[in-house]
Amino acid sequence: MATAGPALQAVSGLLFAGVRRSSGGLLLQTARSCGLALGRSFATDAADSGKLHVCVVGAGPAGFYTIDKLLKRYGDKVHVTLVDRLPTPFGLVRSGVAPDHQDTKNVTNQFSGLAADPRVTFLGHVRVGAGPGADVSLGELRERHHAVVLSYGAESDRRLGIPGEDGPGVLSARELVWWYNGHPDMRDLPIDLTQVRSVAICGIGNVALDCARALLAPAARFGPTDLAAHALQQLQASGGGREVHLVARRGPVQAACTPKELKELLTECGVAARVAAPEQLSVSAADAAEMKATRIKRRVHELVSKGVADSKGVPSGGEARELYFQFYRSPVEVLRGGPGGSVSGLKVEVTEVRPEGPGGAPVAVGSGRFETLPCQLVLKSIGYRGLPMEGVPFDAKKGVVPNEAGRVLQAVPAAGAAPPAPEPGLYVVGWLKRGPTGIIGTNLVDAEDTAASVIADTDALLTAGRGRAWPQGPAGAPGLAALLGGRGAAAVGWGGWRRLDEAEVAAGKAGGRAREKVTRVPEMLRIAGVA
Amino acid sequence: MLRLCAEALRARGLTAAAAGPSSIAAASYSGLLQSSWFHASASRHAAAADTEGQETITVTFIDKEGKEHTVKAPIGKSLLEVAHDNEIDLEGACEGSLACSTCHLIFEDEELYKKVPEATEDELDMLDLAFGLTDTSRLGCQVLAAKELDGARVRIPAASRNFYVDGHKPKPH
Repeated sequence: MATAGPALQAVSGLLFAGVRRSSGGLLLQTARSCGLALGRSFATDAADSGKLHVCVVGAGPAGFYTIDKLLKRYGDKVHVTLVDRLPTPFGLVRSGVAPDHQDTKNVTNQFSGLAADPRVTFLGHVRVGAGPGADVSLGELRERHHAVVLSYGAESDRRLGIPGEDGPGVLSARELVWWYNGHPDMRDLPIDLTQVRSVAICGIGNVALDCARALLAPAARFGPTDLAAHALQQLQASGGGREVHLVARRGPVQAACTPKELKELLTECGVAARVAAPEQLSVSAADAAEMKATRIKRRVHELVSKGVADSKGVPSGGEARELYFQFYRSPVEVLRGGPGGSVSGLKVEVTEVRPEGPGGAPVAVGSGRFETLPCQLVLKSIGYRGLPMEGVPFDAKKGVVPNEAGRVLQAVPAAGAAPPAPEPGLYVVGWLKRGPTGIIGTNLVDAEDTAASVIADTDALLTAGRGRAWPQGPAGAPGLAALLGGRGAAAVGWGGWRRLDEAEVAAGKAGGRAREKVTRVPEMLRIAGVA
Repeated sequence: MLRLCAEALRARGLTAAAAGPSSIAAASYSGLLQSSWFHASASRHAAAADTEGQETITVTFIDKEGKEHTVKAPIGKSLLEVAHDNEIDLEGACEGSLACSTCHLIFEDEELYKKVPEATEDELDMLDLAFGLTDTSRLGCQVLAAKELDGARVRIPAASRNFYVDGHKPKPH
């Protein structure tokens, strides 16, 4: 453990342990005195004009990789404040990565090392924004830091835009994933898998495959994992036969999933792979050329074809766990013919893939022929979407913050007009920057890009900071901590998260599980020692 | 056994620790598994200094900024472990469990690349997702130091156009 780490954590622990959101006079007093003590201990920092104070908003992979690059480049000339709206760090590594992919979560060890570094201050359960639930505004963060890097990801979903989409029985894949991963926002998702025999998943990326695995694999697969207890109970209670339809507008060569995930679903989960019609595996001449040139495309097609061929002898229905690859099918309506308007099926249009997109890209074209896939649950797995933050330009069409190499632009670029100037001191990274694509490692590349922009701007950032002279109090983390303390906000420091982490791991161990997640914020805060 | 899955790799670390002679390497690797890079750096450094008594080859890592690091690689160690033992900035997000592609390395010499035992389908499946894939790409966690790889030069792909190649330092603007 880095030597200065525990001391800093102890100080933050003291501050945040003494703070309550609904604080009375005494507690407020405590917060103030702690804030003052903290302010003093950082007095040298504030005076040290050569040190860059950076605030990273969102403690997921993109945020952590950015911190990694900044620490490596600046040495002791940087301090990073890392805030997250949840009391827990790691973003989608905690709430997105599938519970049966525990190895993928190993990266949290590296991230924890960064957060425990004395040059980093983690403040969880800090909501940034302008709304009534916010603890601090973006403006207040910017007043206290030379640079703010937005890395809060994509917490919404693309829509299908079809009749019947709104209402019970239609969920985004994100909502289901957050639910089974114990994200507090989805703790009370209205879902009853015991009433679901057939599921239509729109989309065939890796998130769709994660959902298919959760719904099809024997619940025993998830017993030893950190899948949330409330979800495990439902999977256990609803085990047995089920069918999942992966509905893709285009063909196997356009599928966004990757071979590892496909192979896992087809070979490890007791699944029988099906196509409703043989032509659903057919490919065009252009597709065949694409497969020849690209191993990953060839492999996806091979895996699906082999899976379907190998499952021929498995009888349908009953206890079978059946996975239908519904290629060349475009969702057109959610049918609500069940009791009380509940979902009874998904109406799809049969498509053809033609090279009619921009640059000859393959697009799905409707044929005018329709089919109905009977189902009780529809999952939309067609992409996440970023959400805007007040005071930050937002490209609503793409769901991202407009930027150039991570520098936030002052407006969304318009066609034919001069590109807008960058907003000094404001940066973006990860899904909010480039859209919701790629794997954890993609954020590494992305973080290098944004960090390089911050690094190139160092002199201008420091000059602007000197000009400001930090009128709002001390710079960086101590300044923010004092502000939050004065407001009675229950921020969770790294020490608080470690307490919660240890409690979750201990509870998991007792039940033979990797971790037993705490899924309600008040309980998280209680265990972390801030409420 | 030339390529090892995560479990086997872990088991190897533990076995080595129990056996004694390679305990320094094992300590360094279990540190890598259980704690952060920062946390483990001290023990890694110690391990780097002590390859005496072990059969080694020479490997040159070329980092993202074009800087060369020529180091001794004990036979049987993965290039990911060797990089971390020598504090070379090679990512290893999944800690060698073949669940990511962040330890992507590019062999500079195609002839030498061909001497590395062929990649498994599982490695290729991850490698296909790596940034800047080339015909001589491999995952560092899957390539074990072996005699025929003596003198190998491997490049850590530079990700960003903004990141400095060939020692170029961009001016602030």
